[in-house]
Amino acid sequence: MNEGPNLSQGNLGSSALANAANPLPVPPALAPEGHLSPGQWGMITFLSSDITFFGTLIVAYLVFFGRDSQPGGMGGPTPLDALSLPLAIGTTLCLLASSVTVHIADRALRLGRSGFVGLWAATIALGIAFLLGTAHEWNDLINRHHLTISRNLFGTTFYTLVGFHALHVTIGVVIMLLVLALALRGKLAGKSHMTVELVSWYWHFVDGVWIVVFSVVYLMPHLG
Amino acid sequence: MATAAYESAGERSSWLEVLHDWVTTVDHKKIGIMYVIMAVVFLVIAGVEALLMRWQLLQPGSEVIAPDTFNQLFTMHGTTMVFFVGMPILIGIANYVVPLQIGARDMAFPRLNAFGFWVTLFGGLFVYFSFLTGGAPNFGWFAYSPLTERTFARGPAADFWALGLIVSGTGTLTAGINFIASILAMRAPGMTLRKVPFFTWTILWTAVQIVLVMPPLTVSLVMVMLDRQLGAHFFDPQNGGSAYLWQHLFWFFGHPEVYILILPVFGMISEVIPVFARKVLFGYEFMAAATMAIVFISLGVWAHHMFCVGMGRTLDLVFAVSTLLVSIPTGIKMFNWLATMYGGRLWFASTMLFAVGFLSMFLIGGLTGIMLAAAPFDFQVSDTYFVVGHFHFVLIGGTLFGVFAGIHYWYPKATGRMLSERLARWQFWLLFIGFVLTFGPMHLSGMLGMPRRIYTYEMDRGWTFWNQLTTFGALVQAPSFLIFAYNVVVSLWKGKPAGDNPWQAWTLEWTTTSPPPSYNFEEVPIVHSRRPIWDLQHPDDPDWKYE
Repeated sequence: MNEGPNLSQGNLGSSALANAANPLPVPPALAPEGHLSPGQWGMITFLSSDITFFGTLIVAYLVFFGRDSQPGGMGGPTPLDALSLPLAIGTTLCLLASSVTVHIADRALRLGRSGFVGLWAATIALGIAFLLGTAHEWNDLINRHHLTISRNLFGTTFYTLVGFHALHVTIGVVIMLLVLALALRGKLAGKSHMTVELVSWYWHFVDGVWIVVFSVVYLMPHLG
Repeated sequence: MATAAYESAGERSSWLEVLHDWVTTVDHKKIGIMYVIMAVVFLVIAGVEALLMRWQLLQPGSEVIAPDTFNQLFTMHGTTMVFFVGMPILIGIANYVVPLQIGARDMAFPRLNAFGFWVTLFGGLFVYFSFLTGGAPNFGWFAYSPLTERTFARGPAADFWALGLIVSGTGTLTAGINFIASILAMRAPGMTLRKVPFFTWTILWTAVQIVLVMPPLTVSLVMVMLDRQLGAHFFDPQNGGSAYLWQHLFWFFGHPEVYILILPVFGMISEVIPVFARKVLFGYEFMAAATMAIVFISLGVWAHHMFCVGMGRTLDLVFAVSTLLVSIPTGIKMFNWLATMYGGRLWFASTMLFAVGFLSMFLIGGLTGIMLAAAPFDFQVSDTYFVVGHFHFVLIGGTLFGVFAGIHYWYPKATGRMLSERLARWQFWLLFIGFVLTFGPMHLSGMLGMPRRIYTYEMDRGWTFWNQLTTFGALVQAPSFLIFAYNVVVSLWKGKPAGDNPWQAWTLEWTTTSPPPSYNFEEVPIVHSRRPIWDLQHPDDPDWKYE
């Protein structure tokens, strides 16, 4: 490739010049460029944009944190009253475990080992378990604590932040189901490894965001 | 625009086939052209809105346009110009040019590219649909809460506005992702990041800004929708919400946005000036670093829009200083462009006229920006016509002049035809004179205390003359846009054939045919310097020896 023809010649008429008697300077050989594929850059860029997306939501959550119980606030349930830490720890463990399974699944496919389908399905199951936990939590919040999005600022910011995260988990589960369907029909050959890798990046990201959300929403109220 | 140029001579396809071809295309060149056409259509609409406002302000105490209509006009004018003219026209030109400049066949994700265009267009149509539902939004383009809350914006206009911007913002974000992936992973062999054409470099960093600030805008608009539709309390102060938070969130997007609107233009100017001065770009490395500096500094200057909110002295000081810092990299660019021209063999074709028009007018806009960065000065003129004059010098004197330079520069590549130089000169001088007459006096009416966004004013304020001058200037500008439209359309048939490289430029897009084939390059180009065509033309003295 390095010594190949330079550019499509067009109307430049350089070939005649290149044949001149004087030795022309020879350009240095091209250094090999190890760079990521367009898909990888695309996913990295998308996830970076998602960081600012969640960053804004978390900022809003922190700005309004504790304002309900201040004078003139709306009152109503506070994080300490309404949120169940054990349930949140349970769902968090589901997500963390799913990061492990998706990583091993990704490796299995890359190295051509068996077990991809089972591990991939386990990841999906853990994602669904997380969503069921969230559904249970929201049901409890709405019906027992009467916390809705319009109840107070905690409701407003909590449902928006946790809801957008749950939306990301849902999208991840749907995409992984599509990949699973392809795998079961035998259409996930070695070349599709990139797809699986990018989905796994997304999934790790969603987990990482959850660790921040978990710390801010569920742990922080207990710290003081 | 270039339909005719794309049809092969032999087979005549019906208009339905042509339409189908364009609607379903994933070719970056056609998508780029559609972006530009969309932006020009919205430019005409927003221009008419501006003319209506100027008509109302021609006389003191005028009753031509009712106050509420006036509010809708300035809201839609601003929203349209920023979201449906400025960004689409820049993204469109970049869509066309960047893959050609980096020697790629297309963007990294062609279907995502088409998706981005169509949702941007539908977002724009969606916002305009509000006119049919009993009135457009009337709270100004930065939509300060609580004006967007249900209490104050009762009709569906605010919902159309917020949803339209969420939808088109998604399109912008996909474009940003696409540019980054294309530029980082699809450059021609040998084109290291230090050798990319400067326009491509600025698009890379514009895309970084898009990726960092569009999602916060989307989140903020979603919060507005949640407030309005589900009774959330983000921005309603009666229930503990914060109007102040909206201002921070909006300007965290809103200020980098103005750099999104100017950085690609810096790139265009940096392509045009060297070619029309027959020199290399002076201080490429400094220009490149200045671009990055602007991107990073601009993420920390947003609250200079909020000096009058009462943030306190510390924050005022921090944001005043960070804003003044931006003038350093911008000044580096200004001097480098001048140094590029210095000693060059200057060729004042219309393209170069627009570039020099950009330099002079953007300089004025930049200087009034430095004035406004001083918080105590801003206290006096905030929300007056001085500010309106300032940002129109930046956005029209800067962005629009630069975009016209870019369009005149690349039109021959996109269509295979030259624009009429005579008409282009008429366009330039009418625009230039009209522009100065329109926006120069705004600084004075602003200094005399005229607030922006008022629908009328009394006779005895001393503002009448300046307003009449502004309206007169707008009328001088208007025909320049008609001339431009006429020139662009008629030159498709009547323009002189352009050839591959009409300007004797040096970057890769000029090595392929005009217009380029759908696959862009017959063989993958190999690059050794920032000016591959120079290297080819001067194999005895190639650029790569010096870079």
